[in-house]
Amino acid sequence: MKKRIGALMAVMAMSAAFAAHAQQPVKKAAPNAAGATDATTADFEKFRDVLEEDNPAELFEARGEELWKAKRGPHNVSLAETCDLGLGVGKLKGAYVQLPRYFADADAVMDAERRIAYCMVKHQGFKAEDLAKKPFSSGNYTPELVSLTTYVAGHSRKMKFAVPQKHPKEKETYQIGKEIFAYRAGPWDFSCSTCHGQEGMRIRTQNLPNLSTSEGALRAVQGWPGYRMTGGVMHTLQWRLNDCFRQQRFPEPNYVSPSLTALLSYMTVNANGQMYKGPGIKR
Amino acid sequence: MDALRRTLLKGAGATGAIAAAIAAGVLKPSQVLAAEYNRTAFEAKDVAGALKGVGAGSTTESKDIVIRAPDIAENGAVVPVDVVSNIPNTISLAVLVDKNPSPLTSAFDFANGALPEMALRVKMGQTSLVEAIAKTADGKYYIAKKEVKVTVGGCGG
Amino acid sequence: MADPMKIRAQMKGDIAEIRVLMSHPMETGQRKDSNGKIIPAHHITSITVDVGGKRIIQGQTGPAVSRNPVFGFKVKGPKAGDKVVIHWEDNKGDKRTDEATIS
Repeated sequence: MKKRIGALMAVMAMSAAFAAHAQQPVKKAAPNAAGATDATTADFEKFRDVLEEDNPAELFEARGEELWKAKRGPHNVSLAETCDLGLGVGKLKGAYVQLPRYFADADAVMDAERRIAYCMVKHQGFKAEDLAKKPFSSGNYTPELVSLTTYVAGHSRKMKFAVPQKHPKEKETYQIGKEIFAYRAGPWDFSCSTCHGQEGMRIRTQNLPNLSTSEGALRAVQGWPGYRMTGGVMHTLQWRLNDCFRQQRFPEPNYVSPSLTALLSYMTVNANGQMYKGPGIKR
Repeated sequence: MDALRRTLLKGAGATGAIAAAIAAGVLKPSQVLAAEYNRTAFEAKDVAGALKGVGAGSTTESKDIVIRAPDIAENGAVVPVDVVSNIPNTISLAVLVDKNPSPLTSAFDFANGALPEMALRVKMGQTSLVEAIAKTADGKYYIAKKEVKVTVGGCGG
Repeated sequence: MADPMKIRAQMKGDIAEIRVLMSHPMETGQRKDSNGKIIPAHHITSITVDVGGKRIIQGQTGPAVSRNPVFGFKVKGPKAGDKVVIHWEDNKGDKRTDEATIS
């Protein structure tokens, strides 16, 4: 097992971009402060519900819909008529909550964004390196893949996570994700589980979910893709996990890398059986 | 259009000629709005200046204007604010954030059955009073205030 | 060309509730880009709402309205099937008109 993890970590880009303005990571909530934090959290959640009633994420879903249906790329075909997200070509309903899953055509387990990227390359003829050039939203720029992923996710609103664990590779990918979650490295000897593997952790006002539990895992995957209030941009779980690596002072993973699929598999399978609310809003 | 003519929005830029053109149906409403953008009010650096800009010389505090906004905003970039005026004959509402570089966020006029209430999302640079101004058909101005704390920092999502 | 608005309009009793989502950067003119250059102000300045052919709301907005603005209004009197037309313009002369039907 050790050897495989090493190989996956090597997949990650070696251009480590260490954040100059990195925050101090984690403190245990002082017991007497916990009550106040919970009240604040409750207030935040109340108004986040208000914000979610009219979520700008819908604007990106609309863009994604156009992109999904349009004939594009060197091959001039649409994703709607070529792309199978696991439930059949063009089938969107419930696809997002059943990913990552094994795809025979690629002989690989893929998460939603990785699968859409695969379809854009294989069916539409786009170049993978072009998709990876500027994969995350900033300012007024939103990558097509972000809008597409948001559109796909919108078709699993109010559906339960049901990520398959039947194929041997699906089981294996989950295990790899579990290993990566606990893999300590980097200048601070951090792992995901340092912050997200136990109860009661927080960074400033943010309570950190324990992703090894079903509740905590749900909190981590819920609301993504998410419209982020900071900057007013749409982000996917690819961006979010990438940012976790940055915050751990790890080298950042390659875009749609297999190690992220593995982590997503670990998190999403842990949330299986719980309801996905759809594209959300994030602070 | 009559009701909409006596508004919070008519800044110094609204000339008699424009008013006549509207009355004659020469200009499309969109052109009128563009011509009348109330720069004075929107660029005012303090609440007093903004109020002067919209023509509100004096205001009366009123509990009949209800402001719904969070006590603590999770993110100052997107603060949901809901304003309802229960003052009879309210024809306009404006929302201001005291400590923003320019306090006036927006102003709306209501006619033809529109209820004097509005929901929007505003940016807040720091903890501040949010103020709502209501104008009534007889030209009086009323004001209500609510403090919203803005937290900074934190990460994740 | 700006992205289309998302408009929802629904009768609740004899009142129509109108919600609109607009795609707009709403730049304040006070932010700097990564090179330290000021990003010029770019924001919606005026909004109108017509219901059943009548102007019910006109408003003006400054740069302190959040990016990708959301507005909610209510109007008494219309019926399901009436048309809602919303129009915005910004300080650079961009504009957009979209419509929806009250359900």
